Amino acid sequence: MSDSLSKIIRTTADVMFLFITVFGFYIVLHGHLTPGGGFQGGAVIATGFILLIVAYKLEDFLGWFQKRTFQNCEMSGLVLFIGTALAAIPLGYLFFMNFLNGTGGLFGQAVPFGINPGFLNTAGTIPIMNIAVGIEVLGGLSIIILYMTTGIRSHEEGE
Amino acid sequence: MMRTKVAWFTLVVLAGSLLFAALSIPFGDPAMSDMDDYFIAHGQEQTGANNIVTSIVFDFRAFDTLGEACVLFTAVFGVSVLFRLRKKGEDYEYE
Repeated sequence: MSDSLSKIIRTTADVMFLFITVFGFYIVLHGHLTPGGGFQGGAVIATGFILLIVAYKLEDFLGWFQKRTFQNCEMSGLVLFIGTALAAIPLGYLFFMNFLNGTGGLFGQAVPFGINPGFLNTAGTIPIMNIAVGIEVLGGLSIIILYMTTGIRSHEEGE
Repeated sequence: MMRTKVAWFTLVVLAGSLLFAALSIPFGDPAMSDMDDYFIAHGQEQTGANNIVTSIVFDFRAFDTLGEACVLFTAVFGVSVLFRLRKKGEDYEYE
């Protein structure tokens, strides 16, 4: 794992990384309208990062993205998720209450009930929690593969 | 061998009883669809999400999602402990 793969694979990884990431963010952001959600979209984005880890040298990848970035991603995702749930309590609602739904503000557009084309600015706290879980899963899965790759490399060097 | 006989006997009895229990339960009869009907009828109205699955996962049963997020965090924590980089000359201590 310590040397990068051939130029064809690296170029393909470069091109595919953009599309995979955009597709993953699309799944995360449209979680309340189309099939998908935070977990699935986060896994797709993490697949893009894992593609880069596999195709390039580990030193190259660690030059672009640090481990701390992914760790911070995961922690901030979890904190944002719990914070959104806890934010309902000071406002006078119960834990995990969907307090933004239908208020007209952020993500609070009133939904036309029944069959509708799907509006992005609806569903209250659900898109916020989707984004939080997406950030968390993208950091978590990427950091797992990064730790494993680092462990393999240090094991090979140590022998 | 005594052990083999006992093992086979236990396996057959366990499998037989579990199969009997599985076959004697009438699945889906009577159909308990109260929760499903409620979610389908009121999910979009109460959460504002078109996707009923997301409205259940992130609103009606959000505690489940919180647990899943914590499970993922714990998994990452375990992997980071398992694959942590040891400095050269650092001793392993097995206690």
